[in-house]
Formats: sequence, structure tokens, C-alpha cells
Amino acid sequence: MKGILGRKLGMTQVFTEDGNVIPVTVVEAGPCVVLQVKSLDNDGYASVQLGFADKKRPSKPEAGHAAKANTVAKRYVREFRGPVEAGLTLGQEVKADVFAVGDFVDVIGVSKGKGTAGPIKRHNQSRGPMGHGSKYHRGVGSLGSIDANRVFKGQTMAGRMGHERVTVQNLQIVRVDADRNLLLIKGAIPGPKNTFVTVRTAVKKRNG
Amino acid sequence: MHPLVRDVALQQLRTDIPAFRPGDTLRVHVKVREGSRERIQVFEGVVIKRKGTAISATFTARKISYGVGVERTFPVYSPKLEKIEVMKRGKVRRAKLYYLRNLRGKAARIKEIR
Repeated sequence: MKGILGRKLGMTQVFTEDGNVIPVTVVEAGPCVVLQVKSLDNDGYASVQLGFADKKRPSKPEAGHAAKANTVAKRYVREFRGPVEAGLTLGQEVKADVFAVGDFVDVIGVSKGKGTAGPIKRHNQSRGPMGHGSKYHRGVGSLGSIDANRVFKGQTMAGRMGHERVTVQNLQIVRVDADRNLLLIKGAIPGPKNTFVTVRTAVKKRNG
Repeated sequence: MHPLVRDVALQQLRTDIPAFRPGDTLRVHVKVREGSRERIQVFEGVVIKRKGTAISATFTARKISYGVGVERTFPVYSPKLEKIEVMKRGKVRRAKLYYLRNLRGKAARIKEIR
């Protein structure tokens, strides 16, 4: 599995050679630093820990952890598990060119917060009639049988919506700009602009 | 918009597109692909609207073909456009010339700027 950390910059569009328009999200991917390489013998599982974006006031433990990799502490630190691409060593720099044009990736981010939202927006429930004497407009519907004498867990109701971890799978890389560390990814990815995202090889798609 | 995002978009802009406005008459040379062969098709019509900015800008041209009104919308910076020729400059007082759809014949003419 290949992976990189980055920042969502915004969306635009790109023309293909035959004139089709592709909507793309521009992601500033890297430069990331390998902060730690975990091994089966030492840590119980194999993974690579990457860090992205320097932290202004790191705590002492963070600074010490980063010092092992000869770098400064990072704001966004994530691990990539599984059969990690061989050859990544402690302190090594990872750039946008780990991915090639045409690769399929999964993008993980934190979705936009919607605040308190009703059941129609939050759970795709249906609206009642707005007129004809109806007094049932956008409220929550039945909460279940009266026989149970309680409401079951997981009942869909109004509440906080958004600002949760979201993975969008099988997005294609449209362009790689290695000089400026930009990835152009087809389609939309979770979260507002300027938020951190994780880009990894698609789990459910065969590459190449 | 983030400067890097704008840069990605601006890199694709074409400099060979002439300035034109709603009311102008254009000859749009479109590349048409038939199998492996490519040829140029010309669409001549009046610009009835321009929409969007920078890379996402489009325009719509209208012509009367065999008595039927035909409108085609093109992205201004599409690589499919071989070239755009401005035939006439029209004098109009609106940005969107939708009123042309309800007019035909002599009434649908647009005064030319000389």
C-alpha cells in the first residue's frame, strides 16, 4: 500500500485531450517525513508512520519523537499499515510522485460540520405534506412500537451532523505535479478547504 | 481560491481565443472525431450568452438551420475548438439574448457595430 498525507486546497476542472471536462480536487500532498517504521518483531504489527506540516509549538514528547527522524514535530501524523511499500526508511521524505497518473486511491478526511440537523437532512427521511391541513411537516416520524415501552438504540433522530471521518473510495489520479507536490484527484473529497486528508492506494480496486 | 488551484486552472487557458460578446456573430471551428478520422465542422451563429469565469467559462451560439433554431454551448477554452472567428460585432443592450428565441426572420436581426 502506498500512502501520503496532504491538504485539500480546492476544486477546479481540467480538460482532457479530446475535450472532455474532468472535475478535480487539488491536494497539496507532501512533502511528508517518515517518523517511524514499525515492525512485526518490535511493535506487533508492520506499518509506516508519516508526518505532514510542521507544528509551531510541539510538546517535548512530540519533539523527541520527531528528532529520531531528524525533523521537527508534525501537525498531522498518520500510519499506513499492511504490506507497506518496501524501502521506506526513518527520516525519508515522501513526495506526491509516489502516485502516478491513472492510479486509483481512497481519500480519508473529516467532513464539513453541519451543526444540529433535522432527520430529513441527516437521515434522508421524507417530509410530510406542507398544506391541506397537515400539521406534520419536517418532524421525526414514528419512534417505533408502543409495545416496547422504550425507544430502541440507533433510532434516527435530529442531532449533530457532519464533522466525522469519511472515506471516499476509488478516485482516480488525474495529474501529478511533482515540483509543487500537487495531486489532482478526480471528483470531490471530504472536508472544507485547507484541511488535512490522507490519500492511499485504493483498497477495493486493482491498480495497473 | 487558493493560488495553487488558480494556477492549475490558469495554465489551461488559451491565448488564441479572440474577445467576443453577446450579440456577436461567430464562426466556431469544432474538431469532430469520427472513428480514427478527425475533421473540422463549422458552426456559425449569434452568441446569446456568456457564462462562468476563467477555465469554466462557456458560451452559447444560436443559428437557424432549415427553419429550426439550433443552440450549441461550448466551453470557451476547450481544446476541441480549432479556432473562433468573429464575423460581426453586434449592438445589443442585454447580456443574455434569450429574447431572440421568440423572434424570427427580420425581427431577429441584430444591428452591427461598424
